[in-house]
Amino acid sequence: MADYRVMSAGDTALVVDFGNRIEQRISERVVALGQSLSEQKILGISEIVPTIRSLIIYYEPLVASTGTLQALIDDTMASLPVVESSGRLWQVPVCYDPELAPDLIYVAEACSMPPAEVVELHSSIKYHVYMLGFLPGLAYLGDLPDTLALPRRESPRLKVAAGSVGIGGKMTCIYPMETPCGWHLIGQSPAALWAQNGHADAVLSAGDKVQLQPVSLREFEQLRANGSTPIPILS
Amino acid sequence: MTATLAILEPGLQTTIQDLGRPGFQHLGVAVGGALDPLSFRAANILVGNAPDVGALEVAYIGPKIRVEADSARFACVGAHVSVEVFPDETARTGTAVGTLRSFTARRGDILRIGVLQDSAVVYVAVEGGFALQPVFGSVSTYIRGGMGGWHGRALVAGDQLPLHRQAASERGEYELSDLDLSLPPRFRVIVGPQSDYFSEAGLRQLFSAQYTVRPDSNRMGMRLSGPKLEHAQGFNIISDAIAPGSIQVPGDGQPIILMADRQTTGGYPKIATVISADIPALGRVRLGSSIAFEEVTLEEASRLRRLFLEEIDSIPRRLTPYTPGDMTSRLFGANLISGVVDASLSA
Repeated sequence: MADYRVMSAGDTALVVDFGNRIEQRISERVVALGQSLSEQKILGISEIVPTIRSLIIYYEPLVASTGTLQALIDDTMASLPVVESSGRLWQVPVCYDPELAPDLIYVAEACSMPPAEVVELHSSIKYHVYMLGFLPGLAYLGDLPDTLALPRRESPRLKVAAGSVGIGGKMTCIYPMETPCGWHLIGQSPAALWAQNGHADAVLSAGDKVQLQPVSLREFEQLRANGSTPIPILS
Repeated sequence: MTATLAILEPGLQTTIQDLGRPGFQHLGVAVGGALDPLSFRAANILVGNAPDVGALEVAYIGPKIRVEADSARFACVGAHVSVEVFPDETARTGTAVGTLRSFTARRGDILRIGVLQDSAVVYVAVEGGFALQPVFGSVSTYIRGGMGGWHGRALVAGDQLPLHRQAASERGEYELSDLDLSLPPRFRVIVGPQSDYFSEAGLRQLFSAQYTVRPDSNRMGMRLSGPKLEHAQGFNIISDAIAPGSIQVPGDGQPIILMADRQTTGGYPKIATVISADIPALGRVRLGSSIAFEEVTLEEASRLRRLFLEEIDSIPRRLTPYTPGDMTSRLFGANLISGVVDASLSA
């Protein structure tokens, strides 16, 4: 039986939904389906957007009928290769100095571990990029271990600095720009994850992997002054 | 000297919009664009622009603008609203030009747009458009991301918006007498994609109740209040994509319709989605209005979409050269108001 459903989101979008779950295996299938549909260059499809648990396909119903697209999705899913990982691996520097980590102490207490262990745990994981969403360039990275999973803050902060590293539930993220935020802030990255000059400037894509590299406050300042960007790691 | 429009008073929320920046949602970039793309296109076509050139989107209360170019051709389309041109800032009487027609104003003229009557927005297109750097292919202002338009924000007094043209062309003035900007009695929706998160009673409620548009609505979401839409299971879902017109329902059971500036992804179940043909009308709905919904099939939505696209395509053919109504207004325009050039008079 198929592990997905195809549903209409209005008359110009179809959602291929894999269920209300966060799983890397599902995310890889979402990304692979999106890539395969893009490569087929189907007339009438205008935009394809991967999310944590679904792929949304925007289309012109007067060019490509809903029925035709549904059949095409089923065919593509049936022949979709099983891929371990489709994306690139990135190294992103993060400074966990308390000066840049306003919630580190709170998180350490709430998770009953010393702050150094929070840092060690948070920077030891090879994260999967589940999707970009909410803000331009904002990547949802997972999975955090259950020992670091916390509900979001009761009252969101109205403004956090660009580069702030937040955790919430099983996800962590690096805010690409100044924004309101309800997650717990445990560090800050000097790397630019979004350069706004009108081109496709999000560094990360859904399906990529990210390794966080702890840096000192001094290194943070140097990297930021030098206009640091994430470093692709050849695998 | 750079040709500009000087903003003397910004109005309630005046932003530069076009048809948005689709194609970058996978990067988290919201589509944005005009709330009422029908009025937006018509305004552009009236001044001789391509339909997707950036124009001013005016919400509720209009701006006061001084022309700092040799001349500039404008057209306002959307709400019924008074549009007047004054020869200078101290003049007490101006020329009422109104909406759904083009007109040309000269250097120093003051364009004053009043309080919008029957729609949330009116568009002010200017021939040639604004000389702004597009961001992801669009000059739409996305306030939440501080992106596009004029410094990524709504206009404020003192802004000087650069224009592409130093003067209006010789093409003359046009009007459009038959643009249908009425609202459907019920907004038509396709049920889903997460209608299974709602009880049968909740789903029935959506189609029987009247909802009121709350005052905290904005370009991102139209927040409704009315009978609670009952969930059958939880209301927190793992983030999913958000199509235009999605009706999402958080825990309090009060629906929110996602509008032009919606975020690309979100975490509430979506009970239904407003069809594409009704999105421009949705953009015209004012705060405090009452709205209702009805279910249609995909086939019906496609039929309505085809009609809507035909309506848009036919606008250029339906323009007629502008002729002032009667002799009195013609004399009034020619003799008393020095500041306004009306090409139809000299033709």
